[in-house]
Amino acid sequence: MYVYDAFDRTLVAERVEEFRDQVARRLSGELTEDEFKPLRLMNGVYLQLHAYMLRTAIPYGTLSSAQLRMLAHVARKYDRGYGHFTTRQNIQYHWIKLAELPDAMADLASVGMHGMQTSGNCVRNITTDQWAGVAPDETEDPRVFAELIRQHVTLHPEFSFMPRKFKIAVGTAARDRAALRIHDLALQLHRNAEGEAGFEVMVGGGLGRTPFLAQTIKPFLAKRDVLSYVEAVLRTYNQFGRRDNIYKARIKILVHELGPEAFAKEVDAEWQSIKDGTLTLDDAAVAAIADRFFYPAYERLADGPPQLAEARRASRDFDLWLGNSVANHKAPGYAIVTLSLKPEGGTPGDATAEQMDAIADLAVRYSFGEIRVGHEQNLVLPHVAQRDLSAVWQALQAIGVATPNVNLVSDIISCPGLDYCSLANARSIPIAQEITRRFHNLDLQRDLGRLHVNISGCINACGHHHVGHIGILGVEKNGEEFYQITLGGKADEGATLGTLLGPAVPYGQVADVVEDIAAAYLELRERPDELFIDTVKRAGIEPFRERVYATR
Amino acid sequence: MPLVENGKLVEDRYIRADDDAPLPERVPVLVSAKRFLAEADMLVRRDGSLGVIWPNDRRVAELKPWLGHLALIALEFPKFRDGRAYSQARQLREILGFRGTLRATGDVLRDQFTFLVRAGFDSFAVKKPADAAAFAASIGRFSVFYQPGADGRISALRRRLHTTDAAKTSETV
Repeated sequence: MYVYDAFDRTLVAERVEEFRDQVARRLSGELTEDEFKPLRLMNGVYLQLHAYMLRTAIPYGTLSSAQLRMLAHVARKYDRGYGHFTTRQNIQYHWIKLAELPDAMADLASVGMHGMQTSGNCVRNITTDQWAGVAPDETEDPRVFAELIRQHVTLHPEFSFMPRKFKIAVGTAARDRAALRIHDLALQLHRNAEGEAGFEVMVGGGLGRTPFLAQTIKPFLAKRDVLSYVEAVLRTYNQFGRRDNIYKARIKILVHELGPEAFAKEVDAEWQSIKDGTLTLDDAAVAAIADRFFYPAYERLADGPPQLAEARRASRDFDLWLGNSVANHKAPGYAIVTLSLKPEGGTPGDATAEQMDAIADLAVRYSFGEIRVGHEQNLVLPHVAQRDLSAVWQALQAIGVATPNVNLVSDIISCPGLDYCSLANARSIPIAQEITRRFHNLDLQRDLGRLHVNISGCINACGHHHVGHIGILGVEKNGEEFYQITLGGKADEGATLGTLLGPAVPYGQVADVVEDIAAAYLELRERPDELFIDTVKRAGIEPFRERVYATR
Repeated sequence: MPLVENGKLVEDRYIRADDDAPLPERVPVLVSAKRFLAEADMLVRRDGSLGVIWPNDRRVAELKPWLGHLALIALEFPKFRDGRAYSQARQLREILGFRGTLRATGDVLRDQFTFLVRAGFDSFAVKKPADAAAFAASIGRFSVFYQPGADGRISALRRRLHTTDAAKTSETV
């Protein structure tokens, strides 16, 4: 993981002091709420239904054990003993007092963490594959470029008051585990015909009221040009993005209105004037960042140690968990372990301070002190020796994060919804909880196979419902909560937006509808290994529509 | 509206001229973009410093032929959150090479000062007197920056490389 140096630490500390001063001016009345709002937002502080919310950045989802312990400490000292991991690989605290925020931020700063640019109309947390650095299908670590971009855009003098927020993701693996095409700007590493590595640049993705998938505006960008090109995209957007209507202010609307070719031309004209300047990344500049990434000193181990085979024979539950939650690692003898934050009846993505502390300890013992956060709102121990898997499983079971439901129907992505959020029209969490209860039988879940359910409590789509295999969107009709269902969305390298199934259904019927959809799939699939998403693609949504609305 | 230049409160030397008013000779005047574009040939020959108020929805490249004759360009922040003029400022300074005074006008508040300085502004028509008084303290708050800007400060990345090179050199000596 990236280790902060004196520059990084100084900047974060100075930022905390600036915020302390801003909070003092707000509390004294010198700043109006209107003036304070953009300042607090750029430090990740929202005003929600019940209290202020603090969103803390976890750049590209990588955490050290010390950082996770600090997240636990903040949850315990300033909040109600838990935190909520989000689809942007961040963590949110929902019950923080304004007067205590500067102290909470100072505590976070002591381990190099902050809430900078987790909100506001600036570049948000840069996200990537939660398996970065350990995935067998990756060509190089995407976090080096994610960190280069993160540093470049942090407190950027030109791009802190853009028309709207701006989300960037970086991918370097064959499989897209970072939902690249739903980002304002995404970079995917490829090799060109000459064997040189460079980035495909995609812009204009985003969900919300008007969902779009990002379009490629540059098929191959040399690595040395990444910062100058990103700067040209941001400058073009900052000048020409719409500011007359908040719902049309994202870059996706600009790209759509101009057309990707015309947009690319504007960017290119801007880029030509800065491309060979001070932003050019020579090898030394890239190495200066890459050198600050810590990589474990793996032991020389073989895949499939005898202890593992023995543990699998001894316990069917262990074997099932292994098949579900453990993935191949690029180092022989190691594995990537996903920790499900989706227990039956739980709030998707929530972890208690006790769980965070226990996971931090387990990471020290079994994962070189490193933890990852995925956009699916689960945690990951990225470097576990296969011989330790059984012990890790028992420890994870003891703290309730070993539900073997990763990528199954109860592994639901959900926003906080109307239980917390002032923007929401409808509740999300109780819908997710009810679905997990309906599908509590894990044999049934395994039979259904890979099935992503995404829930958003309003059109802003924080739960990414458009790209859920089953998407659920809360809307309000005459003061009541209704839910629109979409089918067939996906966020991977074959990204697709879901199709609306039919009229919205009331709160009380959502879980029934999901059960009907699941039952229809079991009847419609051609083979047991035809995935839900493939059945929807092959059969279309009509048979699902008939099944769901025949009796409604 | 208090004006800050070189870190100090100053009197505004410029007279804001209405579009149809005759221009006084030998005094600095500030004209609208509309008037400037209509009368540019004549205005640049006039005796006395010339400034233009440039709206944030026009490309600054339009000013390119006249930059050597302009002593001041005032860029506008109609709202705190409308950041278009930051891009205009950096384009004027870093791409078009404008060396005159760059003034920030409109909803100019204390917490923008660092961004404004780094984008290349050197004159600030500040909205609140208390903010103007806090100018120096405000821009001194940060000692390191990650990215290069129009203020010529070196980025953290380059400083790191410099430090590494210096360390290497000292090792070899």
